[in-house]
Amino acid sequence: MLNISIFKRVVIILVVVTGLAYAMPNLFYPRVETHNDAVTAIEQAGGEATPELAADRSAWPGWLPSNLVNLGLDLRGGAHLLAEVQVEDVYKQRMDSIWQEVFPVLRDARDIVGTIRRVPTEDGTLRVKIGDTTHIDDAAQLVRALATPVVTITGTGSTNFTVDVEGDEIVVALSEAEKLATDDRTIQQSLEIIRRRVDEVGTREPTIQRQGEDRILIQVPGLGSADELKALIGTTAQLTFQPVVSRTTNPDQAPGPNNVLYPSVDEEGVYYVLEDVPVVTGEDLVDAQPSFDTNGRPAVNFRFNPHGARLFGDYTAENVGSPFAIVLDSEVISAPRINEHIPGGSGIITGNFTVEESTNLAVLLRAGALPAEMTFLEERTIGPELGADSIAAGEIASLVAFAGVLVFMALSYGWFGMIANVALILNVAMLFGLLSAIGATLTLPGIAGIVLTIGMAVDANVLVFERIREELKNKRGPARAIDLGYEKALSAIIDANITTFLTAGILFIMGSGPVRGFAVTLGLGLITSVFTAIFVTRLMVVIWFERRRPKTLEV
Amino acid sequence: MRLSLVPKETNVDFFSRSWLSLGLSGALMVISIVAFLVFGLNFGIDFRGGTSIRTQSTEAVDVGAYRDAIAPLGLGDVAISEVFDPSFGPDENVAMVRIQSQDGDEAISVETIQAVEDALTAYDPNITFPSVESVGPKVSGELIWTAIEAVAAAMATVLIYIWLRFEWQFSLGAVAALIHDVTLTIGVFSLFQIQFGLPIIAALLTIVGYSLNDTVVVFDRVRENLRRFKKLDLKEVLNLSINETLSRTMMTSVTTLIALIALFVLGGDVIRNFVFAMIWGVVVGTYSSVFVASAILLRLGVKRDWTKPDAEAGTQFGNSET
Repeated sequence: MLNISIFKRVVIILVVVTGLAYAMPNLFYPRVETHNDAVTAIEQAGGEATPELAADRSAWPGWLPSNLVNLGLDLRGGAHLLAEVQVEDVYKQRMDSIWQEVFPVLRDARDIVGTIRRVPTEDGTLRVKIGDTTHIDDAAQLVRALATPVVTITGTGSTNFTVDVEGDEIVVALSEAEKLATDDRTIQQSLEIIRRRVDEVGTREPTIQRQGEDRILIQVPGLGSADELKALIGTTAQLTFQPVVSRTTNPDQAPGPNNVLYPSVDEEGVYYVLEDVPVVTGEDLVDAQPSFDTNGRPAVNFRFNPHGARLFGDYTAENVGSPFAIVLDSEVISAPRINEHIPGGSGIITGNFTVEESTNLAVLLRAGALPAEMTFLEERTIGPELGADSIAAGEIASLVAFAGVLVFMALSYGWFGMIANVALILNVAMLFGLLSAIGATLTLPGIAGIVLTIGMAVDANVLVFERIREELKNKRGPARAIDLGYEKALSAIIDANITTFLTAGILFIMGSGPVRGFAVTLGLGLITSVFTAIFVTRLMVVIWFERRRPKTLEV
Repeated sequence: MRLSLVPKETNVDFFSRSWLSLGLSGALMVISIVAFLVFGLNFGIDFRGGTSIRTQSTEAVDVGAYRDAIAPLGLGDVAISEVFDPSFGPDENVAMVRIQSQDGDEAISVETIQAVEDALTAYDPNITFPSVESVGPKVSGELIWTAIEAVAAAMATVLIYIWLRFEWQFSLGAVAALIHDVTLTIGVFSLFQIQFGLPIIAALLTIVGYSLNDTVVVFDRVRENLRRFKKLDLKEVLNLSINETLSRTMMTSVTTLIALIALFVLGGDVIRNFVFAMIWGVVVGTYSSVFVASAILLRLGVKRDWTKPDAEAGTQFGNSET
């Protein structure tokens, strides 16, 4: 029968009210946004509120919900980048550090294995040439003993590197399990460093997330262009201090084993031959600040941690008088002569900087180097005006669509149509509430999803009303007709919406960017529309029926 | 006075000319496939790679002059088209410049974009660039595959779901209708060379969802009527079911179309193609749930032995309150 227990009624009304409460902040978008920004700023300042921030904060009462629907880049404007991290870059560094371990072990066993020499490779393996090939297996055994087990879910029992023998060479390669672990670490580090760099610029709500195996998606609303973003995060900022072997003007000069040839940034046509293994790297930096050198030219001051300070101090003490290269991303910034022992672990980088460049370099050094290079597969810049135009167009279109559907429903179903209309308004409000509560991002296709939901949300009500009409035609009484209408329409409503929901789910899983935004609004729209149709309108119909007790019903 | 789209009682025989409607659908599908093979799709940069620059200026757009300005840069295939929209003011002249993807995996280089912008600014100092989007060929290739996988996965899921809830004949009918809808939509995009971007895939899947919604409502009624009228001929049952749900089918299609047409006219040029795909899909989807899905169900026949409650054949939800 038409009974809905008091408990159920209360729950239904509570859900609707909660939905409305969460949707409400979106009506006051700029004000709530000011409030939210102020709250974040105050938190970052450690709870200290300046008068302006406190005024901004009070623009919206703190006890009201303040979650907003995020606006996607296509609505707000901003920059979007999809970067691929060259994870293989790290393998070489790993091999360098393994070589540091392998070399002493083989050196101690020189009586058995003879001469040892590292052969340069390009494929991320370590090749060691052995003088006495008769004992190469023993040598390989010694190296193998250095491998440590890797703990993974699938790769139990595997070690971090494998050792093979090819002719007179021992080949050390990272194991698959170790590669996976290394790749993962590389991506995590890249994410963290990109986040730090973007945060230094201080824009609102950047999206920085991992996509797939080795990709990172970066979306920064409000930033002028993808180029600016690329300049900020595209630099690896790998800082190293390397001993200088010689200086040359021949770009094709062979650097010799275990050396590298890098160009100079400032002096055109000048190249430096450097030792490959750096003395200290940027990893040991604890601080970097823009400053000026003694001649008043822009420079960057830096400070090492104790480990870096010791290495740097020892090296400068031993090599007074020799030149020393400061290298950033395979380019020599400067190669000053070491005039004296530098014990304190701090120094200054000079070069032909502008003030802006030295500030940028300091930011990059502070945030840390990216572990690997990145290539950019996709970049998009949306101007804020275009976004604003899209919002305006979307708003007008949604309102007209809304009005059209409301009028049409009222004309078709009279009083019941009005009930469906109230439900439709509640439905869209609840959809916004849900989107705000979970912090979903609204994109232009997302708006289309909402408009589509407006069109389709009435479907469930239409199914019920048509059923009630049919039952009335079959000479049922009003109460029985309403009851049967809801009961019999239920299976069609459920089946029809589950199938659509499944496709929305697939869109969400497989889609990216704007498509995903569309899937979210469509899927959530289905949930709210089913809820309003089978609970909210039903409650409204029942309450109306209890008051009026009509003898006949016209649907 | 109530507005009503269909008379209170309808008794249309939807299958008297079912060879005609199936033939028509078949012919349209063949045309679509031929169009696709001959003309291909006008892929946007999402799927083809390349760069698309939106320009806006107070001066009128001169496609030829833009082309001449960019030509010296030697960027290969450059497509320039003016964009019209009722919402643009008289001093908003918008054009899209599309440049083919350059060598390598990466998106276009900063320098190339800058060169194009400089060349256009030299011709028209008032020009601005509201959006610049660039997709490298590596990603665009993957996006095509993801899109195809998404559509295929959606169909497979639906096939299984309807099979579980109804019978396999129903699920074949529903999926045939979906293939019909998707093929016809691709056909329209190919025939009129409308730009086919990533959002169109979302539209395609929505069409799948919508068409299915419609089909499932009809099938739900068929299932119910099969139980009620055990002796009635399948054709009669289908006709009865479609007639009974006809009013609902029309109502829902019309409300959805009202909403979509508002978006098509007023929603701006950025999503117009996307909305067009959905409008077309709603029309085709409504048609196909009757004339393809049900017609195929009629030809496949269906198990009529409902005497013992069949646990496998899907149970009805319902009786929530009583």
